[in-house]
Amino acid sequence: MIWIRRVAWAVLIPIVALGIFAPLIAPYSYDRQFRDDAGAAPSHRFPMGTDEIGRDRFSRLVYATRVSVLLAPAAAMASILLALAISGLLKYGRSAFTTVCLSLPWLFLFIILRAELPLNTGPAVSVALTFGLMGVAGWAWPARVFTASIGEMKQSGWLMQARAAGVSGWRIATIYAWPHLRSIALAQFRVLVPAYILSEASLGLLGLGVPDPLPSWGNLLRDLQHPEVVRSNPWVLAPLGLLMLVMLCLELLHSRCEVAL
Amino acid sequence: MPSIRRAGASAPPSAFRPTRLAMNRGICPKIPEAMVLRAGRKPGGKAEALAPRKNTFVSCLLLLAFAASAAAPKELRFSIAGDPKSFDPLHLEESNSQTLRDLTAGVLVKVNRVSGQLEPDLAETWEIKDGGRTIVFHLRAGLAFSDGTALTSADIVRTLNRALDPKEASPAGDTFRSADGPPEVHASGPRDVTIRYKSPKANLDRLFDQLGIPPVSFPPASPGKLQASAGPFFVSEYHPGDYVRLARNPHYWKRDSAGHALPYLDSIRVDIQQNHDIELARFLRGESQIINHLDPESFDRVAKEKPGAARNLGASLDNEFLWFNEAPAKTLPDWKRQWFTSAAFRQAISGAIHRDDLVRIVYRGHAHPAAGPISTANKFWFNAALKPRAGDPAAALKSLAAEGFALRDGVLRDRAGHPVEFSIVTNSGNRPRERMAQLIQDDLLKIGIRVNVVPLEMSSLLDRVYKSHDYDAAILGFENVEIDPVEEMNFWLCGSAQHPWWPAEKTPATPWEARIDELELKQASEGSRDLRKKYMDEMQRIVEEQEPIIYLVNPDYLCAVAPSVRGAQPSVAPPQLFWNIEWLRLE
Repeated sequence: MIWIRRVAWAVLIPIVALGIFAPLIAPYSYDRQFRDDAGAAPSHRFPMGTDEIGRDRFSRLVYATRVSVLLAPAAAMASILLALAISGLLKYGRSAFTTVCLSLPWLFLFIILRAELPLNTGPAVSVALTFGLMGVAGWAWPARVFTASIGEMKQSGWLMQARAAGVSGWRIATIYAWPHLRSIALAQFRVLVPAYILSEASLGLLGLGVPDPLPSWGNLLRDLQHPEVVRSNPWVLAPLGLLMLVMLCLELLHSRCEVAL
Repeated sequence: MPSIRRAGASAPPSAFRPTRLAMNRGICPKIPEAMVLRAGRKPGGKAEALAPRKNTFVSCLLLLAFAASAAAPKELRFSIAGDPKSFDPLHLEESNSQTLRDLTAGVLVKVNRVSGQLEPDLAETWEIKDGGRTIVFHLRAGLAFSDGTALTSADIVRTLNRALDPKEASPAGDTFRSADGPPEVHASGPRDVTIRYKSPKANLDRLFDQLGIPPVSFPPASPGKLQASAGPFFVSEYHPGDYVRLARNPHYWKRDSAGHALPYLDSIRVDIQQNHDIELARFLRGESQIINHLDPESFDRVAKEKPGAARNLGASLDNEFLWFNEAPAKTLPDWKRQWFTSAAFRQAISGAIHRDDLVRIVYRGHAHPAAGPISTANKFWFNAALKPRAGDPAAALKSLAAEGFALRDGVLRDRAGHPVEFSIVTNSGNRPRERMAQLIQDDLLKIGIRVNVVPLEMSSLLDRVYKSHDYDAAILGFENVEIDPVEEMNFWLCGSAQHPWWPAEKTPATPWEARIDELELKQASEGSRDLRKKYMDEMQRIVEEQEPIIYLVNPDYLCAVAPSVRGAQPSVAPPQLFWNIEWLRLE
């Protein structure tokens, strides 16, 4: 079923390219207000119409893709690195520590932390902090898997042999252990990316995600809270469609990888 | 069978429902032939004989419809946004409790919200004496609460004393206090009440429009028992989170010109519904008959789908405004506070805002640019000399340059070189305010000012404004419940905890603030309406010049009334649709 993976990549790559080349693709800046065309219907000039204060919906969607699709993998990467570091460094009581961290109500802690940010934090810093906090908060899930895997490794003959031969800890980690952990890290990465995209979308719906005027899928989806907006311009569903498409593709790639593993 | 269809069509839609149910369950009673014939008579024509088997079904349906129509209670239905926190008319701290009070409480006098005239209610007559220091009310004969107990002058005295009792901490009592202390209240007869102040009290008679009179048994002895009332309705059922049912007060004093006892409605079901979209959907489906407040989008939708139901009364008494934090706070750097306390800076910001765009884009044209603290809808108190500022970024930059600000590389900097940048907080979830903030953000960017818009949860926002003072600027609105500006004193007096730009400011920081305090206190103790108007005109002029509050728009009052509701006379003054609830009918 290799074709499924190909289709998934064929969909995913243009979406990621859309994010990377946003300034070249978007016809206007994401915050430019065309006040005489506020709430305009789709047209040649505005392919998806304009929002309620006259900003081009297509341009905002393109820039939102950049924020959501590029920063979620960055946050997932941060979580994986943190999880690897903590799993490797903690020798005793690690499972208890990880369990405690897993049981923390991260969403509420996250909401409190976001509310405590200084009011004059600019959108770029705010975005970095949002995804940074996600990356920091999300380490415990992959850490549990890494801890279990490292635990198994410590019982293995090849590790004991390497230790007995006087190989340094750093060399064991990078040369011997990493090839074993790489596939787990990749699988965890694939799980975390869609989870973070969805988390940003959920936080955006609560008004705690990426601040306006910078667009993200999450804050664009806030329009869905108002059915009359959807009725008047179905293009407001476009971020939802893109989100579903990306999630589906990542899911397909993830499930195919699991089969392969 | 055209005549039968016509007869059926004239009955209200709800009348058909029990009939259909009855038919479905096979419990349709046998209809006497004479009745069937009467029902089948064409207007002005002969009785039309109905085929016995075929027509029995239709006739049965029709007659049950008539019977149901005659017996169907006239219940009005609408929604409020949440549970009422209190049924006590002396402890109203939010709009849901206030709405129920407006529908149930008896008052001594009532302001006609359309004519503006004060009309007798429980008090048949009243006199103001001693140059505005004393008022004497003469109650109607035979007044009673909904449970049948008599309403006498003792109830009025007890209510007012309770409101004025500091232990009660009743918000209603604040209205009746004066700088010289509480008034003397006593019953000068079973139907006469005298209230005496030491010095003249402004707006003395109209204050009593806001004082609901509860019975002596309030609060009820048993927690589950609901209180009686002296207004047109009383609370008969309360299901928290679901609905409140108000039943017609059989002892209400008022009658129409034909002598029929009011109110016309049998009951009111007030649904507790936080979601305005659901409220709107119910109205459009015909499941409720009134929406007391509509946002511009919902108004346009009602206007499109139910053209006769949407009503726009023009500018409301409410206003939306922006202000800067002028209070000394650790989180506010000195250089920033210098900007915010500069009248020229505030005027420049105000001058850079395109209010016409706020009206056109945010409110879809259902608002008016605001000129000052009093809405143009408040015809008597508004200072007609004030005009809204037109958006003019070039003029704003010019006046900022005169103050030492300079635009360099697209960034406005003060004398010391600090880039001009601040945040505007507003309450999250309020779409018009969030959008206004976004438009203002763009307007100010054109003069080199970077603004961060931060929507915050309301309680967090109020904590920052009134307690920690940890904010730069805020956009909020003021919902005026009274036409008379005396009610806004807690907003303007420097010592007041609700004084927005510097809460609980110990002494006025500037001469113009001292003058506003002086004018506010003078108008509050002045009996002459014309003299009070003169003071208020000057106060409005000072606010326009100094702009401690930058007024943005006066939203229109928008509501929806189903065509089946007769007698509604909405007004911009609260309680907009409910002030004449006893005259509302359902057809």
